[in-house]
Amino acid sequence: MNLRRDVFQAIADPTRRAILLLVASQSLTAGAIASNFDTARPTVSKHLQILTECELLKQEQQGREIYYRLNPKKMKKIADFLEPFRNLWEDRFNKLEAIMKKHPR
Amino acid sequence: MEPKTKIHAEDGKQEIVITREFDLPVALLFKAYVEPAIVAQWMGTTVLKLENKKHGGYQFETTDPKGNKHRFNGVIHDFISNERITRTFEMENTPFAVQLEFLEFESLSEETSKLTMHVVYKSVELRDQLLKLPFAQGINMAHNRIQEIVSKLN
Repeated sequence: MNLRRDVFQAIADPTRRAILLLVASQSLTAGAIASNFDTARPTVSKHLQILTECELLKQEQQGREIYYRLNPKKMKKIADFLEPFRNLWEDRFNKLEAIMKKHPR
Repeated sequence: MEPKTKIHAEDGKQEIVITREFDLPVALLFKAYVEPAIVAQWMGTTVLKLENKKHGGYQFETTDPKGNKHRFNGVIHDFISNERITRTFEMENTPFAVQLEFLEFESLSEETSKLTMHVVYKSVELRDQLLKLPFAQGINMAHNRIQEIVSKLN
């Protein structure tokens, strides 16, 4: 699996990030998602396709409608991915702050 | 609690931006980057050289838990007290290409400040590689880990 192609690519685009935020709280149809954007409907469809291919979104058939919902497992992967790097800096900066707070002015 | 250190990494870009707000006046934040003894403490490194001036250079050395020594160095391109340090960063004896770091120091109030660290890598691939690998130990990375990374790069 090419991580860069899926996860990274998916979260790169601001519209796609906005879509992820939208479906974070509830499952939505493509139409409901598109109504939140000024972007043309096919563009939103393309974004949904990419997010689905990357498994960040899951499709669920409910009656005649297809609903999109967040795939939390995959979302966690994004956070996990940068987290060790972020933690490294968080630790260093916490240390810096603690040391300098004690430093004479 | 929201983490204080934020990392912004956009896909397809060979750069990242790290931001952090400190409960420190900007002068004290800046000092932590300038005084060798202080740098040594928070970076967990030995400061071999630190010339805080335009065209100056620096070299740090860390010892990992196995006792292996790793050196890092760079050249300082711009140095403005309490405002900015522009420098390169290179890990010696690794295949990782040198990176360019823009450090901006900003006063938010008398007692608070913000650091913005903009890092530019040689390529998107290199950036992703460095971020993707469990780089958590970073500078303290064990020698065998470096070997592993190196073998994956080839």
